[in-house]
Amino acid sequence: MAGIAELLSDSQIVIVAGPGGVGKTTVAAALGFTAADLTGKKVLVITVDPAKRLADALGLVGLTSKGSQVSASELDDAAGHKVAGRLFVAMLDAKASWDELINRHAPDVATRQKILSNPIYKNISSRFVQSHDYIAMETLYELYRSNQYDLIIVDTPPSRHAIDFLDAPGKMADFFSSKLLRWLTIPARNKLLMGVFKPFYQVADKILGAQFLSDVAEFFLLFESMYPGFVERAKSVAGILENHSTSFVVVSSPESVPMKEAEYFISALDARHLSLGQMVVNRVLPSYFRDPGAVLQANKVQDGYELFATEFMKKGASLEFIKTSEFSPVRMGALAERVFLEVADSFLNFSSVAIEEAYEISKLPIDDDQITLVPHLNFDVSNLKSLGKVAGYLAMGSGSPTM
Amino acid sequence: MPRNGSSNSLGLLDRSLVFITGKGGVGKTSITAALGLLAAKAGKRTLICEVDAKGDIARHLDCEPCGFVPTEIRENLFLMSMNTEEALREYLRIYLKVPVVAKLGPLAKTFDFIANAAPGVQEILVVGKLCYEVREARYDLILVDATSTGHIVSQLASPKGISELVRLGMVKDQVAWMEDILYDPSQTSVIIVATPAETPVNEALELADRIDNETHVHLGALIVNKVMPELFSRSEEEFFILLQEPKAISVLNKVIPGGIGLLLRGSNAALEMRRCADPYVERLMAGAGAVPTALLPLMFGEGSRMKLVRDLGEALAAEWDDFLWQA
Repeated sequence: MAGIAELLSDSQIVIVAGPGGVGKTTVAAALGFTAADLTGKKVLVITVDPAKRLADALGLVGLTSKGSQVSASELDDAAGHKVAGRLFVAMLDAKASWDELINRHAPDVATRQKILSNPIYKNISSRFVQSHDYIAMETLYELYRSNQYDLIIVDTPPSRHAIDFLDAPGKMADFFSSKLLRWLTIPARNKLLMGVFKPFYQVADKILGAQFLSDVAEFFLLFESMYPGFVERAKSVAGILENHSTSFVVVSSPESVPMKEAEYFISALDARHLSLGQMVVNRVLPSYFRDPGAVLQANKVQDGYELFATEFMKKGASLEFIKTSEFSPVRMGALAERVFLEVADSFLNFSSVAIEEAYEISKLPIDDDQITLVPHLNFDVSNLKSLGKVAGYLAMGSGSPTM
Repeated sequence: MPRNGSSNSLGLLDRSLVFITGKGGVGKTSITAALGLLAAKAGKRTLICEVDAKGDIARHLDCEPCGFVPTEIRENLFLMSMNTEEALREYLRIYLKVPVVAKLGPLAKTFDFIANAAPGVQEILVVGKLCYEVREARYDLILVDATSTGHIVSQLASPKGISELVRLGMVKDQVAWMEDILYDPSQTSVIIVATPAETPVNEALELADRIDNETHVHLGALIVNKVMPELFSRSEEEFFILLQEPKAISVLNKVIPGGIGLLLRGSNAALEMRRCADPYVERLMAGAGAVPTALLPLMFGEGSRMKLVRDLGEALAAEWDDFLWQA
């Protein structure tokens, strides 16, 4: 049995990471399907920004950081048999999750209100890119602790680098425990110390203006009241990455640029002593494009297409479609030539891509049984049935896909 | 809803600052490189700025990765990679007349910290550096291999965001001239790249809306990249289908020893891929309204990355004959 099945049955948390544009969200959702089917667990998939059709397929309506269940009967239909587990999906609502976090940690109503209306806070919670990574982790932590699910699969937010996600809790803790932060709040706290830091404030004032500085200072002062809880929290959140029952699935498409980023992510996991569960290479061309015999035939046809076309028209003169064609024999011959050439050219084009893909995959610094290939699909994942097909490929585990 | 296209006859690359964005994996970098080569060849002194410094653009142009200081990698073509820390240092040096920022020691560090902490500061540093280069006019054209769709709006809107946050001070004053450059359609434009699949096309159209609604930046063009070439004409496709009837196959096997079963299978797969992608090409074209569009073919991997970039450039030039610049 493949590594994916074991991974899904052994883990409580699966973090799906990888470069943008490789089908990460689809793979995360399909992993949820596979998990519900193979392990019988109660599974939650947290997505960040699913494509509309995938969201529709999963029955996701609007943002909901709490899980909503995918219809069991539809799941059974899609699988073609009774699915033992249950599948839930949730979608990260960064702004609401931040507000919730503030509600939880603010010491009193007044502080809470002040934070929620501070312009810096508003900016951080809605626009600040890194804050999405952190809040995704935070949401994961909260759901994990609630013990409502046997397995939580997280689709990580699209970030500049996949690795940002791993560092988010640490960065957040550093951010709020930094000494520099104290500097910023000095004017508000201590008139005496202010003298020492005057040069800094003069420069900062000149560039950013007093209003901005006081907004920043207010923000950090307010946050200070929540600081111990917050840092503690960020540390615990970071801790779940290191759990034995947490595994990572890295997704990439087989082109060299995303593969390079995926490789980098794998080595970053290693450096943090976190273990890679599986690498899923998505949208791989079918292996027959690399079949040496077929490549040979394609070259033969490419070289001799004129001759083959003439021969075909001769030996196939009695074929129904040639006999009854409205086209003249000359025109039919020309058609045959172009089709033969196009078929051969196209095959060789795809063949060169498929060979390059295979090379990229072979270069991965991991064992074969840690690699699962999902073929290039000729359909959109727009309903549970098509998601079930992807899930099927994942369940098959490592090996060469065919279409 | 109709989108406003460029009404003037100014060519896309006649502007000073062009951002190229799109969802991850759609080929922003190769298109930026291709445009850069085209412009440099046309005699424009061109600077390519990589914002998400991963060094990919250097690989596309077959040269060593560059730093913050622009390097001429071939005639008329310069390359730099954005670094907010260095942009900040440069800013302090230029505007505060602080000769050696290093001397400030912890002060410089603190600024660095504010840049990280205060939202929008990173973005304004990026945009500020680009606008500064436009103002200095050392280049005819600056092409930006920009961040992906998720982040570009916060960059383009950063002067607005900053002016909301910072109501006084030098930064506030500088935002004004940045906006003059950024929001002037004769100076600045954005190209959005997508591939013919659901999410990239959705994101491209959403981004086009957001650029219209949340920024005043001119949307110059939408590109659909990696479009599967049409394999057959209509009559060829009919022929191809009939070729797969059992009787025709047995003739084929006699004519071509060893048969071509897998080859036919491959063509069917290619046709299917094209069929799957078509609706998304159409959706993007329809959603583009009056904004110019271009379809670029999927390039097959024979040869070097540099060759791919050249081929892309040729395809672009063919598609956009007189749209890139005025004759």
